[in-house]
Amino acid sequence: MDKIIAGKTIAVNEEGYLIDFSQWDESVGEELADEQNIELSSAHWNLLHYIQDEYKKEVPLTIRKIGKSGVVDIKGFYQLFPTAPLKTASKIAGIPKPAGCI
Amino acid sequence: MKENGRNGYATEGIVIEHDAPTRARHNDRIQKMLIILSKAGLEDVYAAFVLANGARMEGIEAEIFFTFFGLDAIHKKKLNHLHIATVGNPSMHIPTIIGGLPGMEAMATKMMKKEMEKVDMPEVPEFLEILKASGVKLWACKLAMDMFHYKKEDMCDEIDGVLTVGDFYQKGEGPGVHILFI
Repeated sequence: MDKIIAGKTIAVNEEGYLIDFSQWDESVGEELADEQNIELSSAHWNLLHYIQDEYKKEVPLTIRKIGKSGVVDIKGFYQLFPTAPLKTASKIAGIPKPAGCI
Repeated sequence: MKENGRNGYATEGIVIEHDAPTRARHNDRIQKMLIILSKAGLEDVYAAFVLANGARMEGIEAEIFFTFFGLDAIHKKKLNHLHIATVGNPSMHIPTIIGGLPGMEAMATKMMKKEMEKVDMPEVPEFLEILKASGVKLWACKLAMDMFHYKKEDMCDEIDGVLTVGDFYQKGEGPGVHILFI
């Protein structure tokens, strides 16, 4: 289905994840973060860019991997995205919902 | 809540749920998972840890209560040496007499750990750190601690405290709380 995000028509799935990453830009990220009541700081952006890079490299994301990324530790990750961090960050970053259990 | 029937016939024993719709609404979403871990087979410990970590990943609160042999998973000297059970474990598909041979548990455990690493599953000490960093509360059972003569200092630094059963139940107050026994 289509959704207007930051003035653009964007294809999202029923859970609100972007279907086509190429439709994402930073203004889309800002508005998606706003929906989650998150104000994006530079620490947020570093993490979002990191998970986008991992997605482009087709590396599946886990909490453990985030902790070892050098971008943020696990505690810090939960502080940046307090509710369901991996899912929330993925949604804001315009990448698919993470499929792993850990 | 018990009520008398309006039409003259007794409704003794029938529970009328006045607040059923409210309760249903509250139960729409799991708010908190309380997990009781009573065993320390590697498979049991991982089940508890994955469920607790998975809850936090979904924005659900999680607490683990370690009791009886489950205490091994947070005991400083034991948590590095947890094993898969090769005896009395029907899923191992090896005869009990073979499973009981010296070195079998160690071998099965080694094989399992290799597979776990492949799916990015951390070992027990690292998993405890991850749980702690993720905001999972870790509680040791007071009665079991007394029974095994363990002191708080014997347990890993990640634990939040030693609780009685009653204290633990208090953690379960409020809507949307589920309790799981492993």
